[in-house]
Amino acid sequence: MADEKMFKLRIIAPDRVFYEGDASFLELVTSEGEVGIYKNHIPMTMVLVPGIARITEADGVKVAALHSGFVEVLQDQITVLAEIAEWPDEIDVNRAKEAKIRAERRLEMQDPNVNTRRAEIALKKSLIRIEVGDI
Amino acid sequence: MASMRDIKRRKGSIQSTQQITKAMKLVSTVKLQKAKINAENSKSYFDYMYDTVTSILAKSGNINHPYLQAQEGKKKAVIVITSNRGLAGGYNSNICKLVAANFSDKDTQLYIIGRKGKEALSRKGFEVLEDYSEVMNQPLYSDAMKIGERVLQDFTEGKIGEIYIAYTAFKNTVSHIPTLMKLMPVEIEDKEDKDNSKSSEAPMNYEPEEEEVLEMIIPKYVTSIIYGALIAAEASENGARMQAMDSATSNAEEMIQDLSLKYNRARQGSITQELTEIIAGAQAIE
Repeated sequence: MADEKMFKLRIIAPDRVFYEGDASFLELVTSEGEVGIYKNHIPMTMVLVPGIARITEADGVKVAALHSGFVEVLQDQITVLAEIAEWPDEIDVNRAKEAKIRAERRLEMQDPNVNTRRAEIALKKSLIRIEVGDI
Repeated sequence: MASMRDIKRRKGSIQSTQQITKAMKLVSTVKLQKAKINAENSKSYFDYMYDTVTSILAKSGNINHPYLQAQEGKKKAVIVITSNRGLAGGYNSNICKLVAANFSDKDTQLYIIGRKGKEALSRKGFEVLEDYSEVMNQPLYSDAMKIGERVLQDFTEGKIGEIYIAYTAFKNTVSHIPTLMKLMPVEIEDKEDKDNSKSSEAPMNYEPEEEEVLEMIIPKYVTSIIYGALIAAEASENGARMQAMDSATSNAEEMIQDLSLKYNRARQGSITQELTEIIAGAQAIE
C-alpha cells in the first residue's frame, strides 16, 4: 500500500502554516549538506540553511524555498520550522536578481564596515529565490 | 437649573464625542479581527518552537552555554511592549505598573516598543536603551529579528545579565493579561512532563551537535517570543481600545438620555412659566 510510505509533513512559518499534508519523500538542505528523508528515519533535529525543499507527494513533487530554521524528524512525522518559506509563485524573481547584484557588490567592495556574513546570506537567499522562481 | 441653551450645547458636544468613540470602536474592531487572525496563524510556530527548545534543553541538562547562564550582579533589561496611541483604557498603564512593581529604576534598562510606555516609564526614572516604537504600527517578523539580535548581542557582550519581556497576552477579545516573562537566560520549567511524553520514542539525534543546534536555535527562539509578544500585544491593544470605546459610547448614550430629560423638563418649565406670565398679564389688564 502506498500509505505505508507516507509520513505527515508540516512546514510552519512565523506568519502561517505553510504546508500540511502527507508526503513520501522530503529533500532539504541542512547545515551539514543536502539530506533526503523517507519514512521511519531515526529521530533527528537538524538546522536548515537557505535552500530548496522538494516535497514528494502522492501526485507529484512540490518545490519551495526555505531560508533558515530547523527540522525535527520523527518516525512518521516531520516538522519544519522555517523563518521564511515561499512557494515558487510567491517569489518576485526580478527583485531577487536585484538583491543578488546588491549583495555581490557589497561583497566585492571589501569594506571593513560591511558585514560580510550578512551579505553572503543575502546572496545565498537571492540565488535560492532565483532558482526556485524559475522553475 | 441650567438654561435650555446650555443643556442643548452640552448635549450636542456629547453627541459628537459619541460619534468619534463609535467610529474608533469600529476601526479597532476591524483591526482586532486582523490581529486576531495573525495571532492564530502564528501560534503553532511558537508552540512548536517552545516545545522543541524545551525538549532539547530537557535532554541535555548540563550544557554550559553562555545563553543559559545568568550573569551575576549585572543589570537587568526589560523589553516593554505598549502602544503608540492612547485611548485604550488601562492597556498601557497596566504594563507600566507591572514593570515599575517588579523592577527598580536603579539596575534596570529598557528596550521600549511603544511611545506611551516610553513616556510613562522614562518619567519614572528608567533608563531607555533603545526605542523601537515605530515597530508597533505594523509588527513584522524582521522587526522582531532586529530587536532579538540587538538584545542577544548586549547579553553576550555582558552589558546585561537578565532579559525580561513585558507585554499584554491576548487571551480572548475581552480578557488581556499583562505578562512578564523571563527571556534570557533561558529557563525551562516542567522538565519532567516533557520527559514523560517523549520517553516512549527513540532518543533524538542532533546534527550538528546539540550545542551547535542550541547556538542556532536560541536566537530563533528569542526572536519568535518577541514576535509572538508583538502580535499578542497588537491584538490586545485593539481589544482594549475596542472595549474602552464601547464603554465610552454607552456612557455617552446614558449622558445624552439624562440631558434630554433635563432639556425637556426645562422646556416644559419655560412654557409653564410663559403661560403663567401671559395669564398674569391678562388678569392685570382686566
